[in-house]
Amino acid sequence: MMKMEKSSTRIIDIKELTFDSGAHLLINRALADTPIGETLGLRGRAAELAVHLRGWCRAQGHEIIWPGSTLDPVVAPTSTQRIKQQSTINRDSTTTTLDESPLVAWIVRGKAGTGRWLGAQRAGLAKANLGDAVVDLPPANWGLAARGATVEAGTPEFHFGLDTKASVWAENLPRLYAQAAAAQWDPATAINWTEAVNLSEEVETAVVQIMTYLIENETAALLVPAKFLAQIHPHFREAMQLLAIQVADEARHIEIFTRRALLRREELGLSTVSGQASLKTLVDEPDFTLASFLLAVLGEGTFLNLLWFLEQYAPDPLTRRVAQLAAQDEARHVAFGMAHLQYQIERDKRTLERLAAAINRRHDALSQTSGLNEEVFDALVILAAGEWTAEAIATGFAKVLRLQEEMDASRQTRLLRLGFAPDEAKALSALHTRNFM
Amino acid sequence: MADRETFVLGAVAYDPKVVTIWEGFKTYFARHGLPFDFVLYSNYERQVEEHLAGRLHAAWNSPLAWIRAVRMARATGKEVEAIAMRDSDQDLTSVIITRAASRIQTLADLKNKIVAVGALDSPQATMLPLHHLRLNDLTPEVDFAVQYNDLLGGKHGDHIGGEREAARALMNGKADAACIIDANHLFFVKEGTLPAGATRILAQTAPFDHCNFTVVKGASEDLIARFRELLLAMTYEDAEVRPLLDLEGLKAWREGRIEGYRALEAAIDEMKFYDEDGKILNPNYRY
Ligand SMILES: [Fe+2]
Ligand SMILES: [Fe+2]
Repeated sequence: MMKMEKSSTRIIDIKELTFDSGAHLLINRALADTPIGETLGLRGRAAELAVHLRGWCRAQGHEIIWPGSTLDPVVAPTSTQRIKQQSTINRDSTTTTLDESPLVAWIVRGKAGTGRWLGAQRAGLAKANLGDAVVDLPPANWGLAARGATVEAGTPEFHFGLDTKASVWAENLPRLYAQAAAAQWDPATAINWTEAVNLSEEVETAVVQIMTYLIENETAALLVPAKFLAQIHPHFREAMQLLAIQVADEARHIEIFTRRALLRREELGLSTVSGQASLKTLVDEPDFTLASFLLAVLGEGTFLNLLWFLEQYAPDPLTRRVAQLAAQDEARHVAFGMAHLQYQIERDKRTLERLAAAINRRHDALSQTSGLNEEVFDALVILAAGEWTAEAIATGFAKVLRLQEEMDASRQTRLLRLGFAPDEAKALSALHTRNFM
Repeated sequence: MADRETFVLGAVAYDPKVVTIWEGFKTYFARHGLPFDFVLYSNYERQVEEHLAGRLHAAWNSPLAWIRAVRMARATGKEVEAIAMRDSDQDLTSVIITRAASRIQTLADLKNKIVAVGALDSPQATMLPLHHLRLNDLTPEVDFAVQYNDLLGGKHGDHIGGEREAARALMNGKADAACIIDANHLFFVKEGTLPAGATRILAQTAPFDHCNFTVVKGASEDLIARFRELLLAMTYEDAEVRPLLDLEGLKAWREGRIEGYRALEAAIDEMKFYDEDGKILNPNYRY
């Protein structure tokens, strides 16, 4: 009789492969096609295969049937009596032809490998644009699993503060992320740092003061998203990725403003109580939606006007260039803030009341401070004037006043787009911090 | 006598994870209506003594502790039973290894050599391999020298440290052969204690069984039956139970069986470790 009793029983030959160089891969692959409770024959030549197979099967929950007719060569004759003497499988199959390795054992597939995946859950779908790909309330035990992965039951629970879709999502998030990833620039090459800057000492001082102020504000713009980034349920992958890029954007902004300031100076300018008090209210805001509103829609939105102003009126091409590069990124930050708020307002109109209350609260908190520091305001005027004549100063002053009007107008536009009535938008815009951010 | 309602299990704390394991079991049994508590011992000797003194309903015993329990029970007219064991407690083997480049080719070549073993009280790394060598006409300390790696006495070799030291002794030339449990050969290669391809397996013992839940026959039968029933109902498919089974190193609980302890019985007598009544004979045994 040369045939197996069970014609379905497979035998694989792993030749010289050992368990310390991956034998389990070939065995697992063959076991995947073996029904639970059925056997797989294993042929191989490695000296320690039988010993290692015994331990491996025990750990994996597979049974082993040793070929009854074959003496394990490493077992001394005196101890060959087995606790389990099973030879239900036809012994003829254990004969070895010339090119075949000897039969080592029969592996009876256990059920632990499949049992592990009972009750596993698919964690949404990878592609955000497919129907229910991003769920509203991802379970805590999906944890760090990739969206779309199959999560084993019993995975530990992670406690992410931002674990609802409404609290972090925006309709166009995947596209915003793709744009952000595509728009990354290298500070070393995007700016020609060798370009000569020959401003008068006083104008250079004004530029350094503005850079000092910008760095301080960029630091707030880095820390606020960074704080929320770590609280986002990773199921909302694109929100997490977009904030991560935003944090990296701010890191570059800090770099280029610092580099510009140090171009001709060893020291930076002044940091004021009122400036930091304003930023502290942003850093301390615990609610992601409110922080997005205060930082992105109002703060960074207002900053955009400031950066465009610098791009237009800064006295040297290097300063104009750094402002331009930062403005490109800020526009995206504002866009995400707007998109997120619109997403949330569409689902809950009362959000508008919360936003209005947040502006009022911040205004009250800052009412005892003096607003934009005089040093920054004056530096902007000097920078816009470009020279120390009465006419130039008057023109510079007018430009800065116009800048503030533009800031107010664009804030109102954004507030209108969020759904505030025109008079509300006007009133709320007026309450925004005089520190700009 | 143990509390009537709460099932009390004894276990040996050979590793900090033991606390996590039995706390998890406590939760599992409580959830299924069986009040459960556990007592941890630092060694199996006291656990067996306390068990037979009636302070435990069951003991999670090493094979050596099982045999001592059998003998101590018999001496006082009692009888013990192995009610369950892990699937991974069945059909273990130990191996005697040498360096691949060594001139030692057969067990006979171990004559006048040094054989590194585990702890004095380790069934798998000391007692069974030495028994195997006796079966091959090699008497310990007569035909060859035994180098003990006597870590954590009283834990019956549950701690892997002794076997690792034996493997190290082989690799650094302080011994000519080393005795370890089969699965540790691959494990020591993977962790780097044994360089891949640097060792050769000289011999493998006959299969033997490891731990079991031991009970004294006739005592608290209903409570023990309930414990056993819930234990055997634990399934690897259950996500709440699975981490416990993974920690304890099993995929399924099996009915207890005792044929797998015969070689160890012989080894104990050859070594004069316990007497017929379970008294400790070996004067060097510290726990
Ligand atoms: Fe920025
Ligand atoms: Fe920004």
